Amino acid sequence: MPEHASALQLVLSGDPALVAIVQLALIVSLSAVFFAALIGVPLGAMIALTTFPGRDGVIVVLNALMGLPPVVVGLAVYLALSRSGPLGSWGLLFTPQAMIIAQTVLVAPIVAALSRQTIEDLWAEYRDELTAMNVGPLGRVATLIWDARFSLVTALLAGFGRAAAEVGAVIIVGGNIDGFTRTMTTAIALETSKGDLSLAIGLGMVLIAIVVLINALAWTARRAAERLTG
Amino acid sequence: MSMGAGAADLPILFEDVTMIAGAVTVLDRVTLALAAGAPTVLLGPNGSGKTTLLRLAMGLVKPSRGRVTWGARDHAPPTRRAIVFQHPTMLRRSAAANIRYALCAAGIPHSRHKVGIDKLLALVGLEHAAGRPARRLSIGEQQRLALARALARDPAVLFLDEPTASLDPASTKAIEDVIHAVSRRGIKVVLSTHDLAEARRLAGEIVLLHRGRIVETGSAAAFFKAPRTGEARKFVAGELLV
Repeated sequence: MPEHASALQLVLSGDPALVAIVQLALIVSLSAVFFAALIGVPLGAMIALTTFPGRDGVIVVLNALMGLPPVVVGLAVYLALSRSGPLGSWGLLFTPQAMIIAQTVLVAPIVAALSRQTIEDLWAEYRDELTAMNVGPLGRVATLIWDARFSLVTALLAGFGRAAAEVGAVIIVGGNIDGFTRTMTTAIALETSKGDLSLAIGLGMVLIAIVVLINALAWTARRAAERLTG
Repeated sequence: MSMGAGAADLPILFEDVTMIAGAVTVLDRVTLALAAGAPTVLLGPNGSGKTTLLRLAMGLVKPSRGRVTWGARDHAPPTRRAIVFQHPTMLRRSAAANIRYALCAAGIPHSRHKVGIDKLLALVGLEHAAGRPARRLSIGEQQRLALARALARDPAVLFLDEPTASLDPASTKAIEDVIHAVSRRGIKVVLSTHDLAEARRLAGEIVLLHRGRIVETGSAAAFFKAPRTGEARKFVAGELLV
């Protein structure tokens, strides 16, 4: 049977190994996006609304961090979590939690940088009205994040795309352990190197389908919500 | 809404105020008192400094030189002042939610929001649009909603920056009716316009600005009957003041 046919069969039959890998990959990537949003959106809003010496430099660095090489992040998190590292006592190396930490580090700058730009643009629009209404700093941040929520979804999708496609960091800190820390991207890399192209192609198909599905859902939700709120 | 209750921000005094933006002197040594009473209309051609004067009076910007005080105070947060900008920005939510936001920002208790929203929407004739996204309303409706949102702050002073510019006669009348109504309730209205007819309809007091300077001030009746300065005579005669 040709490889693409057996790959399709694996996907359609709901192969347990494949399902476990997909589940773990989704848990890791979505958790990382969640934590990156908790860090990145308020950070982006804070930079958007404040002026301080060196602000331009901070923005340049933040934008540059969007291109952080995953293997470098993986190495840094590996060093931090390794037994002799500062966080070695947590015992997280080669666990899904370590993979979430690494992907959070990768995704947070993307979310922060895109949020900063989105919120700054909206702030330029809202500044006079909110100032005239005597809205305080926290109220401004909350209003801008709420009113920019549909645009911020794009930032989260960009972050999810980065996390879902990433292999370098998770393979270093997760170790690609079968049934424990093996995700779609690490499994694809491994199976390809072993010559088992059926599973690699099957996982590739699932990965692309998930990314398309999540983007389609987010787009639909955004359009529907925009119709309701303007 | 206890409209017009209290006027601690009045009078608003401009003492030798100069405003410079880049290389341009937008306002030049302006001395002016805005006191309680009938609406004050800032009249003048585009670029004469009307909007800057309103923004200074609202406390949104600080003068380059000189002093602005509110009820003899140098610093007075705009708790009892409200402004409607020439191009108001609608928050990305429904018309009713825009007013609710202003009520929250003004510290009005939640229990009074429903009544306040209904009253204000009725005042500006937008009861039918309560649930519609504010940004989808027509320009005239947005201007009326901005007026309702400003009134949600229960202001003692209401600033309006060319509130009817680019509106059709029906929308203009709707806005002017509200201005008359709130003025009768004791809210001090200060509005800018370059429309002489509108100034005649609304003004109790006129401040004529030209090139950043106050050219003439006084009661509207006297201004239109016997303007004292050459610029004022030209303006009242409908000649172009450039």
